[in-house]
Amino acid sequence: MTKQIILETHNISKYFHEPLTVQVLKDINVSINKGEFVSIVGKSGCGKSTLLYILSTMDTDFEGELFIDQMSMKGKSEAELARVRNEQIGFVFQFHYLLNEFSVLKNVMLPGLKLNKYTKEEVEHRAIEKLKILGIEHLALKSANHISGGEKQRVAIARALINDPNIIMGDEPTGNLDKKNGELVFHIFEELTKEFNQTLLMVTHDEGFAKRTDRVIEMEDGKIINIDQYT
Amino acid sequence: MYKLIASVSKSLLLARWKQTLVAAIGVTFSITMFITLLSFMAGLNDLLDGLIINHTAHVRLYKEIKPAQKQPINQSQQYKQDYNFVSSIKPKRERLEIQNNAAILKALQNDDRVLGIAPKLTAQIFYNVGAIDLTGVINGIDIEEENRLFFFNENVTEGNYLDLKNIPNSIILGKGVAQKMLANMGDVIRVTTSKGERVQLKVVGFFELGLQDVDNVQSYASIATTQKLLGVSNNYITDIQVKLKNIEIAPQLAKEYQQLFEVDAIDIQTANSQFETGSSIRTLISYTVGITLLIVAGFGIYNILNMMIYEKMDAIAILKATGFSGSDVHHIFITIALSIGIFGGLLGLIFGLGLSSIIDQIPFNTAALPTVKTYPINYNPKFYFIGIVFSIITTYLAGYLPSRKASKIDPVIIIRGK
Ligand SMILES: Nc1ncnc2c1ncn2[C@@H]1O[C@H](COP(=O)(O)OP(=O)(O)OP(=O)(O)O)[C@@H](O)[C@H]1O
Ligand SMILES: [Mg+2]
Repeated sequence: MTKQIILETHNISKYFHEPLTVQVLKDINVSINKGEFVSIVGKSGCGKSTLLYILSTMDTDFEGELFIDQMSMKGKSEAELARVRNEQIGFVFQFHYLLNEFSVLKNVMLPGLKLNKYTKEEVEHRAIEKLKILGIEHLALKSANHISGGEKQRVAIARALINDPNIIMGDEPTGNLDKKNGELVFHIFEELTKEFNQTLLMVTHDEGFAKRTDRVIEMEDGKIINIDQYT
Repeated sequence: MYKLIASVSKSLLLARWKQTLVAAIGVTFSITMFITLLSFMAGLNDLLDGLIINHTAHVRLYKEIKPAQKQPINQSQQYKQDYNFVSSIKPKRERLEIQNNAAILKALQNDDRVLGIAPKLTAQIFYNVGAIDLTGVINGIDIEEENRLFFFNENVTEGNYLDLKNIPNSIILGKGVAQKMLANMGDVIRVTTSKGERVQLKVVGFFELGLQDVDNVQSYASIATTQKLLGVSNNYITDIQVKLKNIEIAPQLAKEYQQLFEVDAIDIQTANSQFETGSSIRTLISYTVGITLLIVAGFGIYNILNMMIYEKMDAIAILKATGFSGSDVHHIFITIALSIGIFGGLLGLIFGLGLSSIIDQIPFNTAALPTVKTYPINYNPKFYFIGIVFSIITTYLAGYLPSRKASKIDPVIIIRGK
């Protein structure tokens, strides 16, 4: 089976100009294959989040080139990039970013409704399927701000899954959870790669979790210093 | 796609329903005032216009005694090339009569721009009160036509206007005249004509136009009575009042008739230009006040949307991170602004209707306006249409900048800021 590259970068560099011009990313070259579970580790401030924002197309102010599913993101308009995020990328943040005005179910459905590929009923059905995978379908009709942190993070994962994205990115998705919930969420990620061949890219501070991923990208001072293949 | 945006807008709106309500109330208040003010002002305009327009000829043909415009010397071929100076020109001795009026009346009757015509005859007289004579004017009118075209009966406050026709030598006195003469219904009064003849007339009614100048001087009688009073033949008339189908063409028709019939003609617009100005200024004031109120409401919406966007930064960041574009976010907030505008505006229309119908019930009795019993209100649907359009436009403009700001929010900054 030939490996299908989902995400690839060519010499990505990033500068911040305030207060002084500093280079926070230096010639980053990575490529991630379909079905891989990749983690990014490194000291605080080494540029992990910055890289993730670029890879997720939210930050477009960088040098170099980004390919998602073999397609260059260069010169794409804001609306086109939004479409790419909607269709191909799922994002899970450290802090559970849910829309408090909506129910759990509606939170999961929103990106699906935005994609407009399925009818509302189908999207709802799919959302319930995703909630089932994460074991929280009983929370579907609850208001998003009436559930626990661990539950919120699982809802966020369900939301990331709704459009069957090519890749799910997480910025320390377990960072704000206790040991037990962190383990639970990490376990879900492992399941997703194993059972659904889901591609995952995750920034983590937890050595233990990193070791359990297919590949660890180690960063220091804006550079990739090591790519370990554990398996 | 729009359904999704609408549903997101709705949720954001309902999550902050108190603020939203305050914003909507601002719009409601201004639209209510706008509608009420315009309806009331327009009612007032109608009333004042009605005072004049309904009771006045659109074109009045008359004969003015003035020096001839063409002097004989100018007609002469011999002196045509020269400048001829003629000094001390005096008017020729002639009567106020419109000559050949039968032909003019006939021509007017056949003109299909004309709704109707009422001939009239005015006579200077003196009302005799004991030893004192009060100057006055008697209008000899074609009672039925005068009523059909100029709503004569509306100003007859006492008595039946038809008695003028049915009772010979009868008169309807102006209210002011009647008061000065202490005349009651059925009394017989005496008047002196300009030629010195004394005539007795029976009072069959009173009229009140609401204009002191008129009510203190004028009276009405039939044409025949007036002709008898003046001792003139039965085809003597001094005025022809023309009512047109379209009042707008009055100035142009006045000119046309002036040339065609060789009489003087004045149109209603020229005769009453001061009323036109009053009306348009009242309208202008209402619009200005209404729009000012709306602008204030607009600032309210602007503030509330800005606040909402500030509070909803996180939500906007999530929406963007999960694939909503800047323009989607823009549409969401514009939808919120417009919903406030439409909801507040519609409520304003209802309250405006309510408030104006309440005003419509408030008694308004003034001696000057005998036919008016309550404050005048004009329920023109145009005001309601303008009201809702204005509220939508203002809220759109008020929502535009905040929405643009929301659409430009960089999710990375928000997510990092956590
Ligand atoms: N908006 C900004 N302007 C200037 N410098 C910034 C800005 N955002 C981040 N930086 C700097 O860029 C560097 C990389 O930040 P980044 O958030 O990517 O680090 P990180 O690896 O994710 O750290 P952590 O593990 O603590 O989350 C840091 O030195 C940070 O101070
Ligand atoms: Mg970080």
